[in-house]
Amino acid sequence: MTEAARQSQPEVNRLNLSKKEYVGSDSTMCKGCGHDAITASIIQACYDVSIDPMRVVKFSGIGCSSKTTNYFMNQAFGINGIHGRMSAIATGSGLANHTLLPIGVSGDGDTASIGLGNFIHMMRRNLRITYIVENNGVYGLTKGQFSATADLGTKAKKGWENPWEAIDLASLGVLMGATFVARSFSGDRKQLAPLIEAAMMHNGTAMLDVLSPCVTFNDHEGSTKSLKYIREHRDALNEVGFIPEFQPIEADYDEGSDYSVRMHDGGVVTLHKLKDHDPTDRMQVMTLLEQARNEGKFLTGLIYIDEDKPSFAEQENLGEEPLSMLSDDKLRPSHAALDEINASLMH
Amino acid sequence: MDGAVVNDLNICVATTNGSGSQSSNTVLYKSLYKMGIPCSGKNLFPSNIQGLPTWYYIRASGEGYLARKDDIDVMVIFNEATAAEDVEKVREGGLVIYDDSGPLPEELKRPQLQYLGVPAWNLVKEHIKSPQLRAKQRNMIYVGALAQLFGIPLEVTKEVLTDVFGSKPAVVDANYLCIELGYKHMEASGASQDIARLEAMPGGNDNKIMTEGNTAAALGAIFGGATVVAWYPITPSSSLVEEMIARIHKYRTDEHGRHRYAIVQAEDELASVAMVVGAGWAGARAMTSTAGPGLSLMQEGIGLAYIAEVPGVFMIVQRGGPSTGLPTRTQQADITLMHQGSHGDTRHIVLIPHDNASVFEMSCRSFDFADQFQTPVFLMLDLDLGMNQALSEPFKMPAEPIQRGKLLDKEALEALEAQGGKFRRYFDVDGDGIPQRTIPGTDHPGASYFARGSGHNEDAVYSENSEVYKKLQDRLRKKYETARSAVPKPLIENSTGAKEGLISFGSSYEPVREARDRLSASGRLTDHLLLRALPLTEEVREFIAHHDIVYLIEQNRDGQMTQIVRDDYPDLAARVQSICIYDGMPLAAGDIVQLINGAK
Repeated sequence: MTEAARQSQPEVNRLNLSKKEYVGSDSTMCKGCGHDAITASIIQACYDVSIDPMRVVKFSGIGCSSKTTNYFMNQAFGINGIHGRMSAIATGSGLANHTLLPIGVSGDGDTASIGLGNFIHMMRRNLRITYIVENNGVYGLTKGQFSATADLGTKAKKGWENPWEAIDLASLGVLMGATFVARSFSGDRKQLAPLIEAAMMHNGTAMLDVLSPCVTFNDHEGSTKSLKYIREHRDALNEVGFIPEFQPIEADYDEGSDYSVRMHDGGVVTLHKLKDHDPTDRMQVMTLLEQARNEGKFLTGLIYIDEDKPSFAEQENLGEEPLSMLSDDKLRPSHAALDEINASLMH
Repeated sequence: MDGAVVNDLNICVATTNGSGSQSSNTVLYKSLYKMGIPCSGKNLFPSNIQGLPTWYYIRASGEGYLARKDDIDVMVIFNEATAAEDVEKVREGGLVIYDDSGPLPEELKRPQLQYLGVPAWNLVKEHIKSPQLRAKQRNMIYVGALAQLFGIPLEVTKEVLTDVFGSKPAVVDANYLCIELGYKHMEASGASQDIARLEAMPGGNDNKIMTEGNTAAALGAIFGGATVVAWYPITPSSSLVEEMIARIHKYRTDEHGRHRYAIVQAEDELASVAMVVGAGWAGARAMTSTAGPGLSLMQEGIGLAYIAEVPGVFMIVQRGGPSTGLPTRTQQADITLMHQGSHGDTRHIVLIPHDNASVFEMSCRSFDFADQFQTPVFLMLDLDLGMNQALSEPFKMPAEPIQRGKLLDKEALEALEAQGGKFRRYFDVDGDGIPQRTIPGTDHPGASYFARGSGHNEDAVYSENSEVYKKLQDRLRKKYETARSAVPKPLIENSTGAKEGLISFGSSYEPVREARDRLSASGRLTDHLLLRALPLTEEVREFIAHHDIVYLIEQNRDGQMTQIVRDDYPDLAARVQSICIYDGMPLAAGDIVQLINGAK
């Protein structure tokens, strides 16, 4: 192939897939919606680390955010469930086939309001999933009501003031047993894409709380989830990088400020620390999150990581072969087994 | 005892919950089973751990009737709190067994009854050292007394104790000591009764199994290939999944000790239904088991499974509703909630077993139906069927291998493409309403699709188009119509010349069978149809059309099954009359006979 011919070919990744093949159906979000930027980061991340779309399963609930799983990777299976139940649907799927790569996209209403019960139990079980909350503090499809992540005193477009404190998803994630907790901002692909790459390689619940301003219902003065407010109040814990398995790690390492973790499925997540922070120290992390909350700041970056805790599938002691693929002879016990059962019920 | 009835006896034992009477009652009905006498054991228990009253009905019937018998022949009053009302329930001429460690209170004496005392407290105080054990062992005393009075050989009770407590010889000995004490006391007192005597019927229970419906359903699920079970504890369904937990590892552990199943106790029923949908969508044979309140919480998830066409099995052990209702009593009042579960228009397949053998068979097959029709399938049980001891034919190995329906794997997709075809998830390829299906992890680029609970076209693409929506709704209804010729057909028992028909289903079968014999003995001939599934099959219409009147017996207030029958056959609606019995008690033949005789 001549150099000219090569240049006319689209760029491809290690699976010989172009980035276009990671793009899904057309988005129906409002123009400028943070959610579309998150979709773009998912596409970028999966393309960059050569995730096979046929190994991906996509989950979502109900709400604007939950529509977006249709906007990436059409070659992946997807299920758009019911309001608040995405985490439980993903749990069932994860039992049926634990060898796939699940991505769940949810919103703050779907996760923290109606779905809170199932969400925390999913984290408690450490289900393998990259769970992205597209957090804008507001219900879009029903036109502007507060969700459970809306801050105390924040103003709705209709002028109402939120009377309750917000549920902090990052604190909740750490508390409830998620083993990869991160926070980012839809507009910061440099931070978000490597976090998604690392999350996809994590064998447990990777919960990404991604602030994603709602340009239609929650981007006004007085809102604490407006684009302007988030930009002014985000505070990065670290600079995140991800080195996939197939790339050599360059040994340019500062013992004091750099930190790296090898991920379960390969690759290394690298953190350049901007604060005194140990992402494996749960107590310290909880303190940092609480301090930031008191200061009205959004801590971003990789907040907490535990690569040792067994995943849900491991806790359930599942074999290599997915339950969904077991052949009939492995499912139905023998005639002799039934004879034995009948005999045991005859006295 | 001469001239007494042989092998027709109904004993009711009144004790307190948690007092160990369960073991005593087990010894009694298992002894009857061993003697070859057809028998059943029904537990009327409170929603309580310890201390509230509980009753246990043991019926011996040489004629083979297993339903609750309306007349109580013998009442054991071992619970002071309920003794006054207990003696009122005994039939005229019946017998009361009481603890005569103290005098029998005057108010318990009814002139029409016989009374026999056994000093149970005194006997255990004298012979059992541990004060903690005395309360439990006291209940074995009445076992011995009843055994002596009615003719259960002591060695049979010992055999049963060995079967039940075999691994603990000390427990066998301690219990046997008390049975013997009761027995010997009765023998020495020279007491007798003229109610009935029990005679061994050698071979009478040969090749009959004795178990509970929940156990049968659990085993059916294991043989049906269930791989993912998501559940939340609720009476009276908990023992179904607990039986699975106790039994499945033996059959589904691989050579590395890994599980070929997952049973997850969910955080609530919202989660258990969602897990079933997720697992079913991803290709597992998934199930849950619950009772009314859980089924109420599951409605939205059931709707998702219906419209997204996800297989899943729902084993519903009904109890008294609505709300908490009577959690430890039986009813058939969740029929509508199963058959038309979810908001919007839905119709679901409901399998309706009537004895332990059919519970096993239908539990097993429910997974095939779910896969073949890609939809939620309900197994209708109730507390009476699920939690009480009854005899049945042994479980039968399914004749057919596991059926996965129109599930396309990689090879099938390749073959389809080789013929110029293309997988279209929601396209009615065969005109039966049932599309083809793929599961995540299928290694073929044409396999994937996007499932959703919202309106969608034949290629699984979101659509709000009216025509597309209506077409989907019509096809889903067509699947239900296809199921009419696939679900289990009713069982029909005809009498020559009968003009009246009876329809029963589920746990009503056994009492209706008995009621029919009684009606026949009084000169009223009836034909009988046992309904075994929804949707209704053509045989049901024919049966109704061939009778002047059909009584449909159901254990709910509003005639829920009658409504379905009338809705399906409006031209025959006037011929179908509900016989509704909904007091929460296991159905007895006498209740049915009385209402049918009153009806005309």
